[in-house]
Amino acid sequence: MLRYSLKRLLSLAISLIIASLVIFLVIEVAPGDPASFMLGMNAQEDTLNALREELGLNQSKLERYLSWTFGMLQGDFGTSYTYRTPVAQMVADRLWVSLPLALYALALSTLIAFPAGIYAASRRGAPGDVAVMGATQLGVAIPNFWFAMILVLVFAINLRWFSAGGFPGWDEGLFTGLKALTLPAIALALPQAAILARVMRSSLLDILNEDFIRTARAKGLSRRQALWRHALRNALIPVLTIIGLQFSFLLAGSIIIEQVFYLPGLGRLVFQSISQRDLIVVESVVMLLVFAVIMVNFIVDLAYAFVDPRLRSRS
Amino acid sequence: MRSRNLIIGGVLSALVIAAALISFLWTPYDVTQMNIPAKLQTPNGTHWLGTDHFGRDIFSMIMVGARTSIAVALVAVGIGMGVGVPLGLAAAARQGSLLDEVIMRGNDLVFAFPSLVIAILITAVFGPGAVNAIIAIGIFNIPVFARLTRGAALPLWQREFIMAARVAGKGVSRISIEHILPNVTNLLIVQGTIQFSLGILAEAGLSYVGLGAQPPLPSWGRMLADAQTMVNFAPHLALIPGGAIILTVLGLNLMGDGLRDLLDPRIRVERT
Repeated sequence: MLRYSLKRLLSLAISLIIASLVIFLVIEVAPGDPASFMLGMNAQEDTLNALREELGLNQSKLERYLSWTFGMLQGDFGTSYTYRTPVAQMVADRLWVSLPLALYALALSTLIAFPAGIYAASRRGAPGDVAVMGATQLGVAIPNFWFAMILVLVFAINLRWFSAGGFPGWDEGLFTGLKALTLPAIALALPQAAILARVMRSSLLDILNEDFIRTARAKGLSRRQALWRHALRNALIPVLTIIGLQFSFLLAGSIIIEQVFYLPGLGRLVFQSISQRDLIVVESVVMLLVFAVIMVNFIVDLAYAFVDPRLRSRS
Repeated sequence: MRSRNLIIGGVLSALVIAAALISFLWTPYDVTQMNIPAKLQTPNGTHWLGTDHFGRDIFSMIMVGARTSIAVALVAVGIGMGVGVPLGLAAAARQGSLLDEVIMRGNDLVFAFPSLVIAILITAVFGPGAVNAIIAIGIFNIPVFARLTRGAALPLWQREFIMAARVAGKGVSRISIEHILPNVTNLLIVQGTIQFSLGILAEAGLSYVGLGAQPPLPSWGRMLADAQTMVNFAPHLALIPGGAIILTVLGLNLMGDGLRDLLDPRIRVERT
């Protein structure tokens, strides 16, 4: 397990280095000089030079790449060209909205998908199964931002149970914060729940065809008992992988949902930064999102190998 | 059940494709033509799906929007297949080699960039537009097709007919093109349908946040973005484009499911 972990750790480090290099180079291609953008068209050349020096823009590309990556490793993401504040602070503030939103959506998605998938698998071919599968087919086809608009229309505008957008902040209390994130989390969770329910169902059905389930049935267990006692635990492995992958997609997906609900999260930060050509912020947020995806994959791989020793030997 | 999915999915997809194609020749109204006195009409005899806040005909916009969605998703699938399939074939042909390792690790890396993140990066550099949406979704599709092709091709390399081709003196590239590729085509068609539907959703999402097609080109995602502030007094502005996206994606997914059942790749591989 240790050898496998070290091998995966090396692969993780290489992936992160290449990803950071790709992001840095793509942003480097961007036209325009951040210093002229910050100081305006009429800025004097010596003022521009002083600012370029301060921001490290006069350094070579390699020096800038190294100072960016080593800075990030120490929690220093640079200074925003527009707001002149540390990017790390801006990102951290926004993460307090985006991260709880992604986690909330993940919890909702799992809470919906598990019972739905188990119910469908236990009634394979019956009307209940067909209904659940039909609902998941629809869930996968619905764009989450459109569903978000419908939720606002019904629950915020007509029923007035929730606010239509905005985030009061966690200082107002956990309940108030969670309430503001409820509609966005439901909108974000719906397609993921549909996918997860389908994976849960098919994984359970695969396991239910295994010999050890037949043995359990032969020993006198009912189909339902075999499902709950033996099949479910084994069926969870692929489901957990999907949950891991979904987290990173939820974090990236929250960027769009934040637009619908005017939430001050990473999404709004990145779109603001694009329109203000604050590329250092875009660079850092993109790196953070990619880092999240790579880390989650790494953790899922390790967890997978921990549960299934065959994977360790195969590697 | 099998053919029912295929028929329903096929009919829905055909309707959308037909609407997109007809829009090249005819739309009930000019989509760029504003008519403020007729703004925000609900569906009626003159405007079948009503009008938007500029008095533009929504039915016409949906038809032209279908063209945008289909074009973006189709080209993105083309990029994914065009680059991903040769990579997957090459990786399978040289399984365990450095080339295989490089291709698969490269795939993992591209997978770490969700299409939205790629779109953000591209937009930050080149500005928003339909072409950037195509590139972003296309890049995201590459590892999907590369992995699928490699996975399906690997067992084929162990089969007798491939051995026979090698004994006959055919090279790795020729075997990949003449023998492996035809045997993975069914799988690629099914996955292509699924990626196509995901492309429609992704295009709508990118247009919604302003990273996709730009005005005056109508797109379903931007119609929804425009509708957002008016949804409380003109819900049809959101319901109609949303319905169009859902029906299209549902149709393509059902067609993909139907095709998968019809062309069951496992049975197909065993037969060959």
